[in-house]
Amino acid sequence: MVRINGFCDTLKMVDKIFSLFFHQKGRKVSDTDQPETTRRDFLYIATGAFAAGSAFAVWPLIDQMNPDASVLALSSVEVDLTPVEVGQSMTIKWRGSPIFVRRRTAEEIKQAVDVPLEDLPDPEPDSARAAKPEWLIMVGICTHLGCIPKGQSIGDERGDYGGWFCPCHGSHYDTAGRIRKGPAPLNLVIPPIAYLEETKIKIG
Amino acid sequence: MSGHSTYQPTNAVAKWFEARLPILGLVHETMVFPTPKNLNYWWTFGGILATFLVLQIITGIILAMHYTPDTGLAFESVEKIMRDVNYGWLLRYAHANGASMFFLAVYIHIFRGLYYGSYKAPRELVWIIGLVIYVAMMATAFMGYLLPWGQMSFWGATVITNFFSAFPIVGDPIVEWLRGGFVVDNPTLVRFFSLHYLLPFILVGLVAMHIWSFHVVGNNNPTGVEVKSVKADTVSFHPYYTIKDSFAIVVFMILYFYLVFYAPNLLGEADNYIKANPLVTPAEIVPEWYFLPFYAILRAVPDKLGGVLLMFASIGVLFLLPWLDTSKVRSATFRPWFRQFFFIFLAVSLGLGYLGGKPAEGGYVLASRILTAYYFAHFLIILPLVGLFETPKKLPESIAKSVLDKQGDSSGDGMVEEKA
Repeated sequence: MVRINGFCDTLKMVDKIFSLFFHQKGRKVSDTDQPETTRRDFLYIATGAFAAGSAFAVWPLIDQMNPDASVLALSSVEVDLTPVEVGQSMTIKWRGSPIFVRRRTAEEIKQAVDVPLEDLPDPEPDSARAAKPEWLIMVGICTHLGCIPKGQSIGDERGDYGGWFCPCHGSHYDTAGRIRKGPAPLNLVIPPIAYLEETKIKIG
Repeated sequence: MSGHSTYQPTNAVAKWFEARLPILGLVHETMVFPTPKNLNYWWTFGGILATFLVLQIITGIILAMHYTPDTGLAFESVEKIMRDVNYGWLLRYAHANGASMFFLAVYIHIFRGLYYGSYKAPRELVWIIGLVIYVAMMATAFMGYLLPWGQMSFWGATVITNFFSAFPIVGDPIVEWLRGGFVVDNPTLVRFFSLHYLLPFILVGLVAMHIWSFHVVGNNNPTGVEVKSVKADTVSFHPYYTIKDSFAIVVFMILYFYLVFYAPNLLGEADNYIKANPLVTPAEIVPEWYFLPFYAILRAVPDKLGGVLLMFASIGVLFLLPWLDTSKVRSATFRPWFRQFFFIFLAVSLGLGYLGGKPAEGGYVLASRILTAYYFAHFLIILPLVGLFETPKKLPESIAKSVLDKQGDSSGDGMVEEKA
């Protein structure tokens, strides 16, 4: 019989319930089987549960450092491409990062298409970089350590492959924004783009 | 610090206090701590560092009274400190140059430990706690550098937080977590300010542990021979070393205040007087001089992850040093081979610092690679082997004997080099 009339008895009962799960070997749960499961076992389990609970409680303290709602709210932007002529570039801001928009010349497109994929450290065909070959739209952040590559303004150094050049640690990108030479591991990132009209896009 | 205090309070108030909280006894024990009598001026840099920690905290707390951690106001508030706040220019220049002097002193302190084998048993923990202090100092300096919100501040923080993006899968979430956004922005600035204010107080606690740990095992000394007789080999810390340290601090301050008053921007970057612009990277990103050797190691590797890992490893390997150096003899004075390798290593470290400030191209990259390889070889190949094959010189019998031999000018074995 299990009587529940007092704290000690309650502990004994909890003890026995736990013993069902945690002590398998030759353990019978009955009133006469007192010394096998002790209050100390309960303390161990309670301490463990408390530690696990505390670990969960720490999560808000960690998660508060992640991008907050106001940062995430700025995650899409609409851009009108009409003012950009062939051979011109435009830089816009999306999620605080620069977005490179380039209306490529026929020569630049040809250069990008003609490169054999095996020459690329991060192989990607030009068609995967620009849905419409004329418009190349990329996140303008070097994939090495986050500098902004040169090549958007007239007179900028554009590297050995005529695209973009990162002055920080010397990464060269080609006319499709693909890494060709230097420490950057990956091509410039293509953001999610949707064409709303012929010359109007939504980024993000 | 071991055993009960020998402190005997004389006046009634001190007795009353000591019976309740024996803090006066603790201070007393620290001041009369038996210190080897042969410590040279290289040993004064601990005191210099403690002084700079206090100075940085004082100037920093005052600067925080006038500074605004907000991307719209930070740059302007720093200019306001420079132009409008009474003596604001002095406090800011003292704080900025104080950080440089702090690092200069810590590098001398670390190389002193390397030369005299202060990291060897039983002082491994003294060394390791010291390295934790050094890492915390670097974190503090890095976060402080973002606060003026200039171009170098912004791009330095961008590049350094981006180190973590080199790790596969977890990399990008870690970077976003550190920045509180997709780029360095207001959340980054405010959290860096918060942590920049916090870390110095953690440093104070770490310094207390550093001192405590060598008060348990005793100071190392230029001979590397342990204290054999407290009476013959040691003197009381006060007044002997309080005076010696004070003199060294005053001399060091001459250099410090020369920078503060006559060349306050010598070690800074002109680009940091341009407000941060997230859309334009400066032509050349250069970290503060005290990070240059690590920057050179980072850029020596053509692979992103490899460069980042090697840079972290260059500090990590220092934690293993007590077990990589196989020689039982501590001081380089008695280790002819090690002494040569020490100076080569010093030159290599300075060389890496020089290369870190040069553009990453051509011969500079090649030189960085050679010196980086040597840096690691020093710890992983040279030190374990030299300890096995080197024949050390004869050690003096005791600290007292080495001091007396020197004074009597009778050439004690192995002391010739010290005198030169």
